[in-house]
Amino acid sequence: MSTLLDKIWDAHTVHRSGGGTDLLYVDFHLLHEGSSPQAFEGLRLAGRRVRRPDLTLATEDHVVPTRGLLGRTGVAATMVDALRRNCEEFGVALHRSGTAGQGIVHVIGPELGISQPGRIILCGDSHTSTHGAFGALAFGIGTSQVEHVLATQTAAFAKPKAMAVTLHGELPAGVSAKDVALAMIGRIGTGGAQGHVIEYRGAAVEAMSMESRLTLCNMSIEAGAKAGMIAPDAVTAEYLRGRPYAPAGRAWDEAVASWAALRSDDEAEFDRRVDIDVTTLSPFVSWGTNPSQVVELSGVVPDPSADPDPALRDAAERALTYMDLAPGTPMREIPVDVVFLGSCTNGRIEDLRAAAGLLDGHRIASGVRMLVVPGSAAVKKAAESEGLDEVFRSAGAEWRTAGCSLCVAMNDDSLAAGERCASTSNRNFEGRQGRGGRTHLVSPTTAAATALTGRLTAPSDLGALR
Amino acid sequence: MKPIRTITGRGVAIRRTSVDTDQIIAARHCLRTTRTGFAEHLFATWRAEPGFPVGDPAHDGATILFAGADFGSGSSREHAVWALQDYGFTVVVASRFGDIFADNAVRSGLVPAVVEDSAVGAMMDAVDADPATEVTVDLVALTIRAGGVEAPVRMSADTRQRFLDGHDGIDVTLRHEAAIRAFELAHVPIVKAP
Ligand code: SF4
Repeated sequence: MSTLLDKIWDAHTVHRSGGGTDLLYVDFHLLHEGSSPQAFEGLRLAGRRVRRPDLTLATEDHVVPTRGLLGRTGVAATMVDALRRNCEEFGVALHRSGTAGQGIVHVIGPELGISQPGRIILCGDSHTSTHGAFGALAFGIGTSQVEHVLATQTAAFAKPKAMAVTLHGELPAGVSAKDVALAMIGRIGTGGAQGHVIEYRGAAVEAMSMESRLTLCNMSIEAGAKAGMIAPDAVTAEYLRGRPYAPAGRAWDEAVASWAALRSDDEAEFDRRVDIDVTTLSPFVSWGTNPSQVVELSGVVPDPSADPDPALRDAAERALTYMDLAPGTPMREIPVDVVFLGSCTNGRIEDLRAAAGLLDGHRIASGVRMLVVPGSAAVKKAAESEGLDEVFRSAGAEWRTAGCSLCVAMNDDSLAAGERCASTSNRNFEGRQGRGGRTHLVSPTTAAATALTGRLTAPSDLGALR
Repeated sequence: MKPIRTITGRGVAIRRTSVDTDQIIAARHCLRTTRTGFAEHLFATWRAEPGFPVGDPAHDGATILFAGADFGSGSSREHAVWALQDYGFTVVVASRFGDIFADNAVRSGLVPAVVEDSAVGAMMDAVDADPATEVTVDLVALTIRAGGVEAPVRMSADTRQRFLDGHDGIDVTLRHEAAIRAFELAHVPIVKAP
């Protein structure tokens, strides 16, 4: 009896060392400018080549500007230039900034049909777990591993444990995959899934769109998981049909037929199980400086002194000082300066549609700056063809070009010290969005509702306010 | 990579849990194409706080870093490992590490020593009480000793061997070239870009 993880792992094992690690074949390797320069340099110094350029694809996302063109000088230009030269020299396909196929690496993988069931997909970025939504085993690696994969198309790892997270019931209206992810991380902690691959299952997962599944798997790393995955089904196949890298014709039919076996056997043993009843969930928001420090938006800033665990209490006290929040403050009363809609967590078309649905015909609160940054050039194009850009602009938001932007603040988009941001990204770490910046993680509709009122606001609060 | 068998040095303790890689080095300081030049940005924001132990002259020259659980969670940036090494650390001791951080550390030659929480706490007390406390990490015996406390270090046989041998990971893998080629021929046709 095997889990989905077992099946993918076994099918890719090239060699078992017996000393704790297995050598796995990598079906696809995604690259970006942030974590690859030293890897290519390593290849060059050792006189090695890229073993399978056909299974490698690069994009520019982390440092590229989302307003205006990439400059010719400066650190961002140096990083991008390095990637361009490396891709040219080693024969790797590159989706350059300003071209139709560019975007955040975890948004374009699915769009291009690279993220497919049963595959092992690696990338020098922790949110590679996103691609697991297709029933792939996908996880982030560091630069030395990037070099290793470039040189050998394999990677050696100890097999993680399997964890089942079952989402029971039907999601209430206004509650999204992001809220589920935050609720789960709040429950199990930032190290709660350490050493495990999470397989999400249950009625609520089956009912989710591909975009929502991507959001859910994306956040797995914030619970410390190696990866997140969801067994492929009709939703998966429907999404992939006709995508550039998806098989076509007879190969498509064969592929879809083979995906049916990609599910955990009924009696498969999981090392850990977590059950979540989603019917009682409401929108979640983070109050602290790691993604487990979350609360329902209808709640209040918790009192750290109530935490029995001294390490957690200490972390909470530090977090409240950094966030400049007092215990007992209703979350709904916290004013924000900035709203960020975007990132590999929530920068897909469904996310933009959901937010635009609330903003349509309204203006964001005065004094609030809202950045809408599509996850890819394709998302941007789709949004514009639906007129969403106009909705955002008329509401007073800035409509940008694709990139990581304010998720990581490696380009010009960052918070000033002390600024408070409602963000659809995935990390509320100290300084993540700019030195001294304060982040509240939220869903796209909570972000939109918050932009309208200028205070943390759940979408369902709006009806009463309007 | 240089082989590592035992490391003896002084320690310094960061008594915080979930120290994510954004705190070890902020993204804005990762805009470099080299593996060096990151030391000054190590814990940059925290080092500006009074009383932060790293950078405190009392702990100058410490090579072994003790930290709370889930050290190195978050971003996969290997710059976090390079910054620690660049600053002079050769070992990080914690009861649990972020997965990717630990893998990066092994590949770059920084020892991620997994040690049970209560022993980490006792050793932190020892190095805080006397910064000159000698700490020894023995990868042959897989033990750590400091201030009269001794505890086992948890590490897979493969990882331990890699430190003892000092082999480059790619060289180790290329010993299996025949197996890789056979796998490729059987399962991985050339993909034509669309
Ligand atoms: S959007 Fe943020 S989390 Fe996603 S790849 Fe970019 S920097 Fe990483």
